[in-house]
Amino acid sequence: MAGPAPIKINVNGCEVEVLRQGAGTPLLFLHGAGGLKGWAPFLEKLSTKFDVIAPSHPGFGRSDTPEWLDHLSDLAFFYCDFLEQLGLSNIHLIGHSMGGWLSAELAVMGTGRFQTLTVVSAAGLRVVGVPMGDIFMWSAEERARKMVFDKDEGERRANEKLSAEDADIALKNTFTSSKLCWSPRFHNPALEKRLHRIKIPTMIMWGEHDPVFPAPEYPNAWHTAIEGSELRLFPDCAHSPQNERLDDFLAGVYSITEGSER
Amino acid sequence: MKFFFFHLMPYSAVDLDAITDNTWIVFPNKHYDPKEGHKLYNRYLDELEYADQLGFDGVCVNEHHQTAYGMMPQPSVLAGALSRRTENAKICVLGRALPLTSNPLTIAEEYAMIDNITGGRLIAGFVRGIGCEYHAMMVNPGESLSRFHEAHDLIIEAWTKEGPFPFDGKHYRLQYVNTWPRPYQEPHPPVWIPSQGSAETMLWASHPDRKYTYLLTFSPTESVTKHLNTYAQQCEKYGYQCTPSQLGWAFPCYVAETDEIARKEAGQHIENFFNKFLISPMQYKLPPGYSSMSSYKIVVESKYKARASYLSLESLISNGMFLCGSPETVASQLEEHQSKMGFGNLVTMLQFGTLPHELTKKNLEIFSKEVMPKLRHLGNQSGVAVAAE
Repeated sequence: MAGPAPIKINVNGCEVEVLRQGAGTPLLFLHGAGGLKGWAPFLEKLSTKFDVIAPSHPGFGRSDTPEWLDHLSDLAFFYCDFLEQLGLSNIHLIGHSMGGWLSAELAVMGTGRFQTLTVVSAAGLRVVGVPMGDIFMWSAEERARKMVFDKDEGERRANEKLSAEDADIALKNTFTSSKLCWSPRFHNPALEKRLHRIKIPTMIMWGEHDPVFPAPEYPNAWHTAIEGSELRLFPDCAHSPQNERLDDFLAGVYSITEGSER
Repeated sequence: MKFFFFHLMPYSAVDLDAITDNTWIVFPNKHYDPKEGHKLYNRYLDELEYADQLGFDGVCVNEHHQTAYGMMPQPSVLAGALSRRTENAKICVLGRALPLTSNPLTIAEEYAMIDNITGGRLIAGFVRGIGCEYHAMMVNPGESLSRFHEAHDLIIEAWTKEGPFPFDGKHYRLQYVNTWPRPYQEPHPPVWIPSQGSAETMLWASHPDRKYTYLLTFSPTESVTKHLNTYAQQCEKYGYQCTPSQLGWAFPCYVAETDEIARKEAGQHIENFFNKFLISPMQYKLPPGYSSMSSYKIVVESKYKARASYLSLESLISNGMFLCGSPETVASQLEEHQSKMGFGNLVTMLQFGTLPHELTKKNLEIFSKEVMPKLRHLGNQSGVAVAAE
């Protein structure tokens, strides 16, 4: 997977690794609990239209794991500082899974820096009566199989032999996501009552076969909580529309961003 | 030498065929029948009380949640029941899992009550709880170690500092710590730390401020020897000599008239223990953050891969995870182990898996009458000789 050379950005003593490519309006992509899987095709495509910025969060990938990292809200405040330091504004914000939750935590603090919000298969809300899938009770192989709709691809991932370095990074990502998301499991009970503060154009994208945050209940909860948001559900798709339904995903992003370019 | 009888109180009425790969966290509680449970609780308490009558120095219970492995999610309930029905035996809770409570003062209170009722017969075990408990109780495994240390400090302070005082930790913040009752024993009940050999726990437990009894649980004799020796060496590094009373070994054991009878009577029951009651997938036992990343990798490689296969009676006997035989066989093995390990506390699990009441009683009787007297004189020296590193 080619792509931009990773750069290091130091924010208040915490160094994070960032992939950045493209020009124009900044687009910040916040990855999920599994970490940033390199420069994926969807990032490459987006970088033909936007200045794509894809950091590995503190505690993930090759970024530092700072002492202060206890809760997901610590990451949200980190990104406030990160964006301030980079002097970014008019940002298109996209978050996937745990990163979707993180993007919403950022947006409810204030949408001043953001033009649009796109949440994809997002953690953050709990729909009472509709249990989430519990990734911490799944073995690595089960997780790999469940996370994609395509059975062959799932099988390939379940049997993938990681290099020692990638295995260490995968373990680090799991440790940090567990620390941040263990309890309450992958959500913040207070988020729902704050989502009304998001008044920028918002796109919600979800796989109909999401094994963790089941559709339609979870995407509907987001759709209801953010007034004026648009919801797109994709068939034959599990947890990662940006990989599993690349064209539909890009169409969703272009649709919400084109309408709002300032 | 001090002898203890450790009961795990398995739900032995379980339908063994219903157990395929797991008895923990999500093994459905429809498999629990309260009428059987009623009988088992009373049977097991009878066995613990009988051990007191037979002259064991202590009886032990412990804490596990949501499992057929053990029926003791709240061990202090059982310790309370034992308080009034035992005469001489120490009552050892091995232990309460400190990080699982939102307010550890409840543990300081429970323990102090037992210590008062028994006039100082409590041994206070502190553990983190195994990984499964963090799934069952939804406590963040990544906070396990720091919560353990902080809860420990809070409990010891609650027992030894004049109250009321405030406590300002990272996890626990209390305005008024003022525990009533205060413990009976001065300055507080003896503390035991059951462990499977984590280096960090060893460093902490052996520190001169603590000198806690370090109890190695359910491990092959080779690693028990290694860990207990390392503990004694660590004491030396701290500048004092380890005493036998600081070292303990917990293991399942069965004695009968002959080696052959012992194997025949115990075989199926110990195999059930290791291959039915104890099993769960790795990610249940080892949630992310419960240990450091480096020890996580070591444990995954060494322990769980080794345990993937069926543990037979013969393999358990040969690696020393199960002591089984005539009184002479078991006593001579223990004598040899004691000379290498230096322990002054033997914590025997004389009921295990599906071992029925009559065989448990027989085991308790033969062990107390024919093994204990042969070993009483061991482990009474003032210090443990430290093997060269």
